[in-house]
Amino acid sequence: MSTRPVQLRTPLGEEVLALHARDRVELSGIVYTARDEAHLRMQEKGIPFDPKGAVIYHCGPVIQENKVIAAGPTTSARMNELSGFLIEKGVRGLIGKGGMGETVREQLRGKGVYFAFTGGCAALASSHMVLKGVFYEDLGMAEAVWVIELDRLPLVVGIDAHGNDIFGAARTNAERVFRSYSATPCTGRQ
Amino acid sequence: MKTPDDTPIHTALADATFRAYREAVIRLPPDVLKVIGRAAEAETSPVARGEFANILKNIEVADELGVPLCQDTGIPVVYLTIPPDVPLTQSLYDAVAEGVRRATKEVPLRPNVVDPLSRHNTKDNTGAGIPAIHVRPGDKFTVTVLPKGAGAENSSRTAMLLPSHVYGIEGFVVETMLHAEGKPCPPVFLGVGIGGTFDLAAALAKEALLLPVDTMTEFEQQICTSVNKLGIGPMGLGGDFTALAVKVKTAGCHTASLPVAVNVQCWANRHSTVEVKR
Repeated sequence: MSTRPVQLRTPLGEEVLALHARDRVELSGIVYTARDEAHLRMQEKGIPFDPKGAVIYHCGPVIQENKVIAAGPTTSARMNELSGFLIEKGVRGLIGKGGMGETVREQLRGKGVYFAFTGGCAALASSHMVLKGVFYEDLGMAEAVWVIELDRLPLVVGIDAHGNDIFGAARTNAERVFRSYSATPCTGRQ
Repeated sequence: MKTPDDTPIHTALADATFRAYREAVIRLPPDVLKVIGRAAEAETSPVARGEFANILKNIEVADELGVPLCQDTGIPVVYLTIPPDVPLTQSLYDAVAEGVRRATKEVPLRPNVVDPLSRHNTKDNTGAGIPAIHVRPGDKFTVTVLPKGAGAENSSRTAMLLPSHVYGIEGFVVETMLHAEGKPCPPVFLGVGIGGTFDLAAALAKEALLLPVDTMTEFEQQICTSVNKLGIGPMGLGGDFTALAVKVKTAGCHTASLPVAVNVQCWANRHSTVEVKR
């Protein structure tokens, strides 16, 4: 926690290419929430906002009376196979939890970054947010695309544009530890 | 004649369920706060310390604003304790469901419950068999609400181990977290059910999450230490704390069986108990 967080504002440009995994960032400006259903519809019918420099937030918020009540991140891995077209169209940032697969890591190379926001921190998130609009409201509260303005949301770069992936590194390490540990048989696969 | 919906017991239970649900999604129990605080101080990875800082701030903001800690306000799991003079009737189940519907509207909660096949959302967090209600006898009339988020629930596992492989229980728990990585929002609490039957082991694993988490037996501590050696860390970003506590509940089992279940719970080990005032 020694260095101060990098301040970024959407739409994002080439400044994201200079970021490195583990960098702390405070993000301001418009982001768009999208989960599984919204990705499928955007893939089929086109993106309802300008994707150039846009940031997608993997989130299904609680909204009440046009206010963001709670809006923490959802598991990004569900969107592993659904993110390529967004990055192709100019999306520069993804926000979520748990990291993404190798496919997305390669798709982000030279183009954008994946930001991790702490899972479960929905109250903290909403205290940095103002609701600006919505697309696909018929998909329901969790699956709609909510247009949200951020004011310095604290994030960490999980996957950078150079192929560095903190989640991947932690996974590789955990697998190595488990291999050396599980000399004993039986872990539920008889 | 009174309809079951306006008996004093029904009204009081519906109200207590509503209050327990609201409290559970906004404020964590003291023992849970204690272990999160201890881990936040002890964590050495800079990235993980940042995650703990967000978690502590989030707990503060939710409390101050009276809003849910997490947007995944869970699926309702409810434990009822009923004293001898409260009859076990359908009305009790209906009252709990009414409390859940009210909480969904007023807290508010995210409507999470869908039909498992059509995926049609009921919009009020009730459905066939949901809220899941577990009843047991007791001295006091209480309702406990344990809202269970999907990220952690989806990482949970049950296995029928060989009875000669008691030593493999720890490995099964550790492997569960190896597969889970950051998906269940670590640092997690792990409820482990050992023994009973295929279904009882899973029920015990969930009930174990209600035990005090600020103390562990030697066996629980040993499993916890082994899980933390994986280094998955908060949110899968690497760090010292993958698990905050492991809690074990056991039951007698068939001599030829060794059922084991791991119920994974995110850092927000949400549950609240309210006495039903009649």
